[in-house]
Amino acid sequence: MSDHLHAARPVPWALHLSLLALAVAFPFVFPSNFMVNFGVMALFYAFIGQAWNISGGFAGQMSFGHVAFFGVGAYVSTVMQMRFGFSPWWGLPGAALAGALVAGFVAVVSFRAGLKGSYFALITLAFGEVLRIISNSVDITGGGLGMLIPMKAGVANFQFEERSGFYFLILLFAAASVVLAEWLRRSRFGARLAAIRENEDAAKALGIDVLSEKIKVLVLSGAMCGMGGCFFAQYFLYIDPTIVFGVDKSVEMLLVSMIGGAGTVYGPLIGALLLASISDITRVMTQIQGLSLVIYGGLLVIIIAYLPNGLIDLFRRRGGQPGGKR
Amino acid sequence: MLQVQGLSKIFGGLRAVDDASLSVDKGRIVALIGPNGAGKTTFFACVAGFHQPDAGRVHFNGQDITGMAPHLIARHGMVRTFQITQPFAKLSVLDNIMVGAYQLHARDADARAHAIAVAQKVGMAPLLGQAAMELTVAGRKRLELARALATNPQLLLLDEVMAGLNPSEIVEMVGIVRTIRDLGVTVLLIEHVMQAVMSLSENIYVLSHGRVIAQGAPRDVVSDPAVIEAYLGRGAAAIHGGGTHA
Repeated sequence: MSDHLHAARPVPWALHLSLLALAVAFPFVFPSNFMVNFGVMALFYAFIGQAWNISGGFAGQMSFGHVAFFGVGAYVSTVMQMRFGFSPWWGLPGAALAGALVAGFVAVVSFRAGLKGSYFALITLAFGEVLRIISNSVDITGGGLGMLIPMKAGVANFQFEERSGFYFLILLFAAASVVLAEWLRRSRFGARLAAIRENEDAAKALGIDVLSEKIKVLVLSGAMCGMGGCFFAQYFLYIDPTIVFGVDKSVEMLLVSMIGGAGTVYGPLIGALLLASISDITRVMTQIQGLSLVIYGGLLVIIIAYLPNGLIDLFRRRGGQPGGKR
Repeated sequence: MLQVQGLSKIFGGLRAVDDASLSVDKGRIVALIGPNGAGKTTFFACVAGFHQPDAGRVHFNGQDITGMAPHLIARHGMVRTFQITQPFAKLSVLDNIMVGAYQLHARDADARAHAIAVAQKVGMAPLLGQAAMELTVAGRKRLELARALATNPQLLLLDEVMAGLNPSEIVEMVGIVRTIRDLGVTVLLIEHVMQAVMSLSENIYVLSHGRVIAQGAPRDVVSDPAVIEAYLGRGAAAIHGGGTHA
């Protein structure tokens, strides 16, 4: 018997710490606005991609509508700030709570009804659309005009003099999401999610409360998406229904995760770096709107054909990790 | 330990299980046999909470568990395996068994040690690192058993763990099931392989068209004319002369 199995799954500390060091050094090595913005966007996609990955990858609950939780986070935090005068920093827990609540509602409604696979994916898509229409038609959100957050530079206002302030904040989020994913890989909760992803009936037969675990993971994922929404609003200082509830955000979240490697710790980061690079390169080279997603879609086809577990497979060929996805 | 009274399950016009009763005493190996389509697997599904029975009661350790959710029944100590094996395909054998072990242990290290100990009991120790999808039929059957065993059940419901195995694998599996019983786990098994049923079980129930048509010691049951007719057709008992069918 191979002895390495007796030891707990090793934490790849060298990998984690060297990536973190690289990420911390990045804005000092490339201090231009363009490059820091690239870093912010890459980490932002990595974070919301990881949020999707936790429910869509680790637990196998594919969703096309995670933008529902993202948009609710963006709107709740912005409404708190603009209509009720809260500090934008309070928007962060507010957005997390709102994302969690909406995710909890979606999870209870659809998982209790036994929706799985593509049916679950479609109902989440529908929830996202419903929220887009609601935000478009009520007064408190500013309707279709959206909401503009006034510039007031200062850390107290969630606005940083230097772009790198945003960079380090989103780096903190992304790093925390990696820690969470790493924990899922070696915890009871993560093992149960993997069991649910692979075979729900077998999970039930072993005493796993499938419904409650699925609700928990979607709530967790929704809270993270909500925080991502709050960050997005504060970074761009403008939100409207099509931006924060648009299907493209949902698609980006799941593409980032699937292209990189769904259900893996670093999959979303790899996918996010690729998405952010393609989007910046196409923006610099051409005027065609959305070309990056066209290229990205093409890449997805190629990757699914040749690397069904995502780009991360390129990095772990030699590891020959048995049991793959965990 | 397990008492099932008057259990019925109806699918449309079909009475898949029809007023079936059965009881399993602690520490025994009891077999449920019957021709294909007799309702054995449906019976298991009703007992383990995967189907809601239309009538009848199921008591486990004196508690009424009729219609309880499957995961709660499993936590009470009655765990089933599946006839069509349901591995967590992309996970390793060890990770599969650890899912069961995590029901007892919250910590990774404890669950891991427990899972490895279980794997050794069912002879899967050399396969721990393999992905479940790479296993042979015999390996998958053992994995079903190992995963269930890792939850420390009081009663195991084994649904055809011998099906598809070759004769030497059957001998091994019979040994494993006996070992499990000797460890203090009560076993109720559905089985077609008569060699295994005859050598393992102390008490047999025969199900046909959803009804229990015979029960008793293995020798008596296999010579019961009603049982021979259920398997071989009406009139077969007379031809067979109540002889030495096995």
